Amino acid sequence: MGQPQTKTGAEVLALRRKAPASSAGTGAADALDGAHAVGAAYAADQALARWMDARLVAALLAVNPVGLGGVHLKSPAGPVRDEWLRVLQQACPTASMLRRMPQHADESRLLGGLDLAATLSSGRPVLQPGLLSELDGGLLACPMAERLPRRAVAFFCQALDRGHLRVEREGMSLEVPTRLAVVAMDEALPDGEEPGLEPALRERLAFVLNLQDLDWRSCGLTPLGPTDESVWDEDEREDFQTARQRLPGIEVQAAVVTALVQAAVALGVESVRAPWWALQAARTLAALRGLNEPGTDEVRDAARLVLGPRATRMPAPPQAGDAQQDTQSRQASPPQQDEPAPPPPPLNAEPPEPGPSAAGPTSAQTTPVPEPEDLQDLIIEAIQAALPAGLLALMAQANGLAARSRARSEASSRSGEQQRAGARGRPSGIRPGLPEGGQRLSLVDTLRQAAPWQRLRKARPPAVVVRREDLRIVRREPRRPTTTVFVVDASGSNALNRLAEAKGAVETLLADCYVRRDRVAVIGFRRQEAQTVLPPTRSLVRAKRSLAGLPGGGGTPMARALTDSRLLCESLQRRGDTVSMVLLTDGKSNINLEGLPGREAAHADAVAAARQLFMSRVSCLLIDTSPKPQAQARELALAMGARYIPLPQAQAGEIGRIVRNRRAA
Amino acid sequence: MKQPFPFSAIVGQDEMKRAILVTAVDPSVGGVLILGDRGTGKSTAVRALAALLPPIRATRGCPYHCDPARPSLSCAACREGGCSRNPPGEAAACDVDLIPVPVVDLPLGATEDRVVGALDLEKALSQGQKSFEPGLLARANRGFLYIDEVNLLEDHLVDLLIDVAASGENVVEREGLSVRHPARFVLVGSGNPEEGELRPQLLDRFGLSVDVRTPSDIPARVEVIKRRDAYERQTDAFCAQWKPEDQKVRKKIEAARKRVADMVVPDKVLEKAASLCLQLGTDGLRGELTLLRAARAWAALEGRTSVTTDDLRTVAPSSLRHRLRRNPLDDTGAGVRIERAMAEAFASGMGAQAA
Repeated sequence: MGQPQTKTGAEVLALRRKAPASSAGTGAADALDGAHAVGAAYAADQALARWMDARLVAALLAVNPVGLGGVHLKSPAGPVRDEWLRVLQQACPTASMLRRMPQHADESRLLGGLDLAATLSSGRPVLQPGLLSELDGGLLACPMAERLPRRAVAFFCQALDRGHLRVEREGMSLEVPTRLAVVAMDEALPDGEEPGLEPALRERLAFVLNLQDLDWRSCGLTPLGPTDESVWDEDEREDFQTARQRLPGIEVQAAVVTALVQAAVALGVESVRAPWWALQAARTLAALRGLNEPGTDEVRDAARLVLGPRATRMPAPPQAGDAQQDTQSRQASPPQQDEPAPPPPPLNAEPPEPGPSAAGPTSAQTTPVPEPEDLQDLIIEAIQAALPAGLLALMAQANGLAARSRARSEASSRSGEQQRAGARGRPSGIRPGLPEGGQRLSLVDTLRQAAPWQRLRKARPPAVVVRREDLRIVRREPRRPTTTVFVVDASGSNALNRLAEAKGAVETLLADCYVRRDRVAVIGFRRQEAQTVLPPTRSLVRAKRSLAGLPGGGGTPMARALTDSRLLCESLQRRGDTVSMVLLTDGKSNINLEGLPGREAAHADAVAAARQLFMSRVSCLLIDTSPKPQAQARELALAMGARYIPLPQAQAGEIGRIVRNRRAA
Repeated sequence: MKQPFPFSAIVGQDEMKRAILVTAVDPSVGGVLILGDRGTGKSTAVRALAALLPPIRATRGCPYHCDPARPSLSCAACREGGCSRNPPGEAAACDVDLIPVPVVDLPLGATEDRVVGALDLEKALSQGQKSFEPGLLARANRGFLYIDEVNLLEDHLVDLLIDVAASGENVVEREGLSVRHPARFVLVGSGNPEEGELRPQLLDRFGLSVDVRTPSDIPARVEVIKRRDAYERQTDAFCAQWKPEDQKVRKKIEAARKRVADMVVPDKVLEKAASLCLQLGTDGLRGELTLLRAARAWAALEGRTSVTTDDLRTVAPSSLRHRLRRNPLDDTGAGVRIERAMAEAFASGMGAQAA
């Protein structure tokens, strides 16, 4: 092994001091020579390893786009992402294999359809070809994929699942091939506050590539931008070509499948699609490295690229050997917050029913593949080694984050809102425009518009000449969803007797919202921080779960809570929601905006934050939960323009009733 | 076009397969709702079934592919101008095609016009003709309508679909058009309950409801991947390999369809069904009706001539699971809890029977 283009991140760490083979390697190594601190060098090694993996992903996609579905590219717009796209583009046999999807492309542009304007002016149906049929077998780069409307996501999912789509519109019916891979460019902020790519689409892409916070120096870039020299040399491009031809003949041993499935389970990857993608990646890697079937290295690399980013937990170390100890210490000991991951289940090496499709072992074996158990250990070790220390700490949260983003993606319709706003809801008048993207033509109004011009347009009586400018579409008024944001004081002063009641109130309202299809969000605050316990959701299952998990105790960071809830309310307002906020507190703030204790400063900050809330015109309700009404709480309510309700003996049902009445008013 | 993945080659998911077969035998059971994780072969199963079912006879050129033998269920054009005017036994006057059972995907975000049909814009504008362009409901007539992520579909569309599915007819009154055409189809919805829930009223309208899970044991998962791999790489060989199995299932469905009408439902079973529904506190008659129909279809599939309590027990979870009266704050996904309730109900029901 060790052909230049197939070098992976892990090998780079070993080969760094040797003569680098590719231009990207050269740049990075030069940068490294200048680094003095050992830590910096280590970080640079890691970055270089990540970049080499990114290059490998590009090569694999260029060799087998349709078989791999595509890549979820997490990266802000910038030189690193541009460079990666350039790497991908140059790995493709023709430049046109990678096309960029225009942001405004609608279904008819993608699949082809009737060109309405041309049809009208010519008087006979004029078809326009779609982007996808031109792209057959290529890669579609989709910028800002996290903002794709649901409609488009559903469309891509179908296209990827089935490889063809049937278009039946406007009196025509055609079968459009959609053999493609999607490069879904996700620019969502890394902290999980934004929803990110739709999970349904994420599932159908083999790779997750995270280029966030990757330094441009590691990618061989100069401050002046990319050089003109080609990323891959001639030999490498030739290798890609042979790999494409070799791919259909690559066999896979049964042990490889078993090992990948086991590794996925051990890493807490639920979906069966993930090991399937790993298998395809291993096969493509084998083709790229000129083998007849994937060996240990290919399986390990594929698992690292495919399963690694999807891992939701770290399996317990198989054996507590010395080597294992080493790895553990290097990972800065992952936090043991969750229950220790169960050890991989006992393995009966053979499935009970071999199945008629089991690939028999081939004689032309190039690399020995060990037993599934050993292979699985190798895979998991490789993944552990590839994960930087910081990521492991995040892993515990990964589940939570994913759930939160899912909640948001369900709850918010994001950019889809505008499109839906036009296509759905109660009709309210008409406006000029083309009936595209789900808009509905108002026929009577169109004809009415065209009628006065018929003589001038020299129409022969039974026929009516309609021109583009006559077209009228129905304007619709979308129903504005209602979201109630609960801001719950979980500090020590309040928690003692009130937290349970506040939870009860939210649950009562949830049951109410369930019927009305409203949404609820919960922000809890205590100690130094406010936390979105429950992003806007309708799902009762998750609402209940996250409420139960709301802990109590600590200081009262009122200013932080008000600021954070204002941001949430504002973002909801921007999406077109009607937002109301309910604050349950005793008003005694003692942590200021900076997170420092001190009652007076804290209260001053809280009042300032409350004024800002007033400016954002969110309708507020402050429920004073302290045993006696508090002056401070009243002052806060005044500052944020909230209705103040002292509720010394608040009961869950009582709070629910008040909020309901208030909303009805 | 690629052959679909063979139905018999789907690993596990027995309850889902059973529910789909039951509705294939007796469409009046009324649709299947499949809730569960991603990548569990929900859509694969639905598409596979279509390939498995025997092709149907349809009037050529009819946009609703009406059955020439059933004029009462045909569209107006077929009834008046088609072969159904001929007395039975004579040679048909119109051409008949053998077509595969339609399975229509309803994409998320489809507009109402696309679903129910609308004025043919091109004809209206270029030729001044008023003609109806049939929508997805027309295409799904006599087949299956599959909605992935049904829980994310807009409420008014779901309402509309369920209404049409129940009445078997699509009535369009818009843009000066007045069209009614047959739309009998089996509604199959799937979704992930983590991402939003269906209103209880809608849940109730689906005949059967199934929970699917990713297979938890490693050998099953391995088998899933192996079979998928074999299918992707050698589609023809793989499908040929599973053809005999699929043929068996097809024969079973055909035989069950013939048998289901004459199925005997003993009084004991009727009582049992009634007492079970009572005990579980399911609202309305729909649950009981579905339960009996499903049991009948399942007994027919099993080759029996009369329904047994075991048949009832087999189909009870999927017929009643979504109809249990529940506290909206309970975990809906907890199929385990429901299964347990079911088992208890059956046990105590038996006790009552014995006493």
